[in-house]
Amino acid sequence: MNGAAWKNATLTVRSLALAAGLAVLVLAPRALRAQDCLTCHGDASMTDSAGHSIAVDGKKFGDSIHGSLQCTNCHADIKGYPHPDKVAPVDCKTCHADQATQLSGSVHADTKEHPCTSCHGNAHEIFPKTDARSAVYPLNVPKTCGQCHSNNGMAGKHGLASVYPNYIDSIHGFALSKEGLLVAANCQSCHGSHHILSHTDPASPTYKSNIPQTCGNCHAKINDEYQAGVHGQAIAKGDLKAPVCSDCHTAHAILQPTESAFRMQSTPICGNCHKDKFSTYRDTFHSQLGSLGGYVETARCWDCHQAHDVRPTSDPTSPVNPANLITTCGRCHAGANASFVKYQPHANARDRKLNPGLYFVRLFMNLLLASVLTFFLLHTILWLIRSRLSQMKNKAGNGGKHA
Amino acid sequence: MPEPQTAIPGLNPGAGEKYYVRFTREQRYMHAVLFTTFLGLAATGLPMRFSESFWARRFGTGVGGFGAILFLHKFFAVVLTIAFLIHLKDVFQRGIINREKGVFWGPTSMIPNWKDVKDIFGHMRWFLGLGPKPQFERYAYWEKFDYWAVFWGMIVIGFSGYAMWFAPFFAHFLPGWALNAVLVIHSEEALLAVLFIFSIHFVNTHLRPDSFPMDMVIFTGVESDHEFEEKRTLEYQRNQAQGTLQKKVGIAPPLWLLNFSKVVGFTAIFIGLTLLVLTLTAYFS
Repeated sequence: MNGAAWKNATLTVRSLALAAGLAVLVLAPRALRAQDCLTCHGDASMTDSAGHSIAVDGKKFGDSIHGSLQCTNCHADIKGYPHPDKVAPVDCKTCHADQATQLSGSVHADTKEHPCTSCHGNAHEIFPKTDARSAVYPLNVPKTCGQCHSNNGMAGKHGLASVYPNYIDSIHGFALSKEGLLVAANCQSCHGSHHILSHTDPASPTYKSNIPQTCGNCHAKINDEYQAGVHGQAIAKGDLKAPVCSDCHTAHAILQPTESAFRMQSTPICGNCHKDKFSTYRDTFHSQLGSLGGYVETARCWDCHQAHDVRPTSDPTSPVNPANLITTCGRCHAGANASFVKYQPHANARDRKLNPGLYFVRLFMNLLLASVLTFFLLHTILWLIRSRLSQMKNKAGNGGKHA
Repeated sequence: MPEPQTAIPGLNPGAGEKYYVRFTREQRYMHAVLFTTFLGLAATGLPMRFSESFWARRFGTGVGGFGAILFLHKFFAVVLTIAFLIHLKDVFQRGIINREKGVFWGPTSMIPNWKDVKDIFGHMRWFLGLGPKPQFERYAYWEKFDYWAVFWGMIVIGFSGYAMWFAPFFAHFLPGWALNAVLVIHSEEALLAVLFIFSIHFVNTHLRPDSFPMDMVIFTGVESDHEFEEKRTLEYQRNQAQGTLQKKVGIAPPLWLLNFSKVVGFTAIFIGLTLLVLTLTAYFS
């Protein structure tokens, strides 16, 4: 059977079905059922005058969370057949008023740009979020958000960064995409779903002072430690200069803290605030060797000061409290003793008052270096000039015998 | 002065001239071990000293990361330490046990003497065109400086290096701040050694017009009659007067040795100058 004949046949069938349907309507007027609508809209190739698909997959719709509803529950302006060419857009708010209210106060309030379907997918194929077919099933959330929040995504129009690639390569992204861990943090675990607010909004879970609590929803023990440390206490007092989780771990690209990339990038982050400590640290062997990359086992800030539970030196529970130094240094330096731990990891050779011994050693070494090099540089330059002059005078050739 | 012509093509151009042995095989090997380990130590030490510079991390990754760079540095250090101990034993053997003359005193000794002081001033006067060129003995003052600079550097850099390597052990004898100081001492003294060897030693010994582009004597061990007399007039004349010159006659270096020495020597100079440029760019940036 060729294409034209096939089309004719389907048209005939369709016309017959339509005729039968009309007959039923005329004979016994009653509410439209999904089956009635699917008579036409069940054809996968059905389009409106603008060419947009207006087909509905009856099977999938039946399986969907709205499967028990009738078409006219949502398409309420359609009272019978034939219906007008133009029908009113469906308003999800009619049933989902709470979500609509939340959405209207969020960054996605513009319903033209962010209709419900942009996240929940095809309106006729919406599944509960516990169903793997749902666009908002935990394992599908990043891809759904990534449609806009990715390279060349719509979010770029508003000057937002492309975060999807960062997330998907992060430890959370791996846990989700590789291991399929439903508990792994996806976008909405931190940002919420309908009521997403800008991180500059104090009510947002991603507002700086709320971040420890947001991460702490899963990382409870780390959050407890953090809250006990100086940074957590500063944040609790409202000092927003203190670092929160994302300042060291970043928000989306979160790396394994044992990875060399993380160890390499994090020390300068502490240095953003602790400038003098960072500068003196950089003079030490710990830093010199550590800057060379690879998985570097030299001490970084948090190896001595702790990462989350940073406490002042005066605190007896701090690992850098003088009473604890032998243990702390001994973690790397087997055999560390009381004299060994007098080593100053932040000594400043340029500070005469603070480190007089070191200051004079450095001064002596610099003077030695400068004087030896100055003398011999002058000596060599004068020698070069004189030998060349005398060589030219004697009309001798270049170099030694075996040069 | 016209070059002696080679009678047979393919033989080395110096054939026909008399050659004198200036350095023993052991002394040449010692120099080879010294410059090989020194280059190795400099190449693995400088990236640590200038770890923030653009080339350090690339180099560190290139040799296999920080672990490899530290391992190689310690390896070269141990080899150099052994060479230094062998040298000390050798000096002790010759000077104390065998009571060889001229090790600790006299014209062939490395110990500075009054003539060296006079030579410094005499040489400087000659540089400025104020006097005649001084004549030199077995070791000139700048060579004695080279020797003692390395000797002092070995002790200072070596001691501070081992103090860092075995810090908990050294902490039994050293005050706490000394553990901070050893890094300053180690890196500053090493920087001095690197800058000195790769600029001043290279020019004084190899690149100055009288020796350009390289003085081969430390590689071949022999020097031509003409060059010996020209460069070490006093030593030449003293040996002539004592009748010991004949004892020093050696054979002309074969072509393969000359070529091999040139490859090794120029490679060392090339690596050294590269490291010098990298050091200077890191130091002044």
